[in-house]
Amino acid sequence: MSGRGDGELTALGRAWAVLRPRATRSQLLTCVLCLLLGFAVAAQVKSKRADTTFAAARQDELVGILSDVTERSDRLRGDIRDLEDTKARLERDGQGQAALEEADRRATTYGILAGTLPATGPGIELFIDDPGTRVRANVLLDTVEELRDAGAEVIQVNDVRAGVDSYFADAQGQAGIDMDGRRLRPPYRLLVIGDPHTLATALNIPGGVMKTLRNSGANGLITQREKVAIRAVRS
Amino acid sequence: MIPLIGLVIGVGLGLVLQPTVPLWLEPYLPIAIVAALDAMFGGLRAKLDGIFDDRVFVVSFLGNTIVAALIVFLGDQLGVGSQLSTGVVVVLGIRIFSNVAAIRRKLFRA
Repeated sequence: MSGRGDGELTALGRAWAVLRPRATRSQLLTCVLCLLLGFAVAAQVKSKRADTTFAAARQDELVGILSDVTERSDRLRGDIRDLEDTKARLERDGQGQAALEEADRRATTYGILAGTLPATGPGIELFIDDPGTRVRANVLLDTVEELRDAGAEVIQVNDVRAGVDSYFADAQGQAGIDMDGRRLRPPYRLLVIGDPHTLATALNIPGGVMKTLRNSGANGLITQREKVAIRAVRS
Repeated sequence: MIPLIGLVIGVGLGLVLQPTVPLWLEPYLPIAIVAALDAMFGGLRAKLDGIFDDRVFVVSFLGNTIVAALIVFLGDQLGVGSQLSTGVVVVLGIRIFSNVAAIRRKLFRA
């Protein structure tokens, strides 16, 4: 700046001459206004610094930004839908396989229990020879019920599969026992699938099936087997 | 001098009190501040010229701020908010520069 040394002092002196503090009303008024201005500047600077980008943006800018964001959000939502469809399809296939196997397994179990499927497993064979043909239906029924109580899962008497609604009836006037409408002739051979030891023990309890058979003049022979094959099925 | 002290006190108060600008005021406050600055420099120039009148100064201060805010508000309503705001800032900047130049010439004879 030209004439700095002399001019600066004079400038300051000039400035001081003009701006010397005077307690006049105009100065006080101006002071108040300047105070307001300073306050507003500080507030605005602070607000600007603390502002996230959009609070002071104009309306049209905000509208533009909003439409961009909405468009992108729509596109992403479409992608999400596609991916979820694919995932559901894959899950269904995977679960379908598992559900199919589960259903097969359950069908087999129910079939075995209901008597519509052959079965093999550990168990016993009970051979009842009845030379006097004195074994009655109720004895066979007791035997079957005792076996069931001892945990027998599958029972076959001669060649008739025992089911939940099996019944024994004495054959009218003839030798033998009717089971489910089919004639059983002695000797009676029972194939039972279950825990061999438990089944044998149950049959041998004092006053149990074996005793009853002996009372009827029949002999019972229990053979524990590791593998009992039951092939008779109910229709 | 007292107004300058007032300005400094105002800035200090703002820094200490940490006020939050109300939301309805936010778009207009910057423009209003620039308009007030313009009035301030105009008053300083008038003072140095010896033609300072406090009534003129107060009216110009308040008038500038209100008119600037009104113009911005009108621009927002019309849909030319950003353009009008830019225009107002440009004009105020020109006036500030011219006032500062006059002050410089007065003070430094340069």
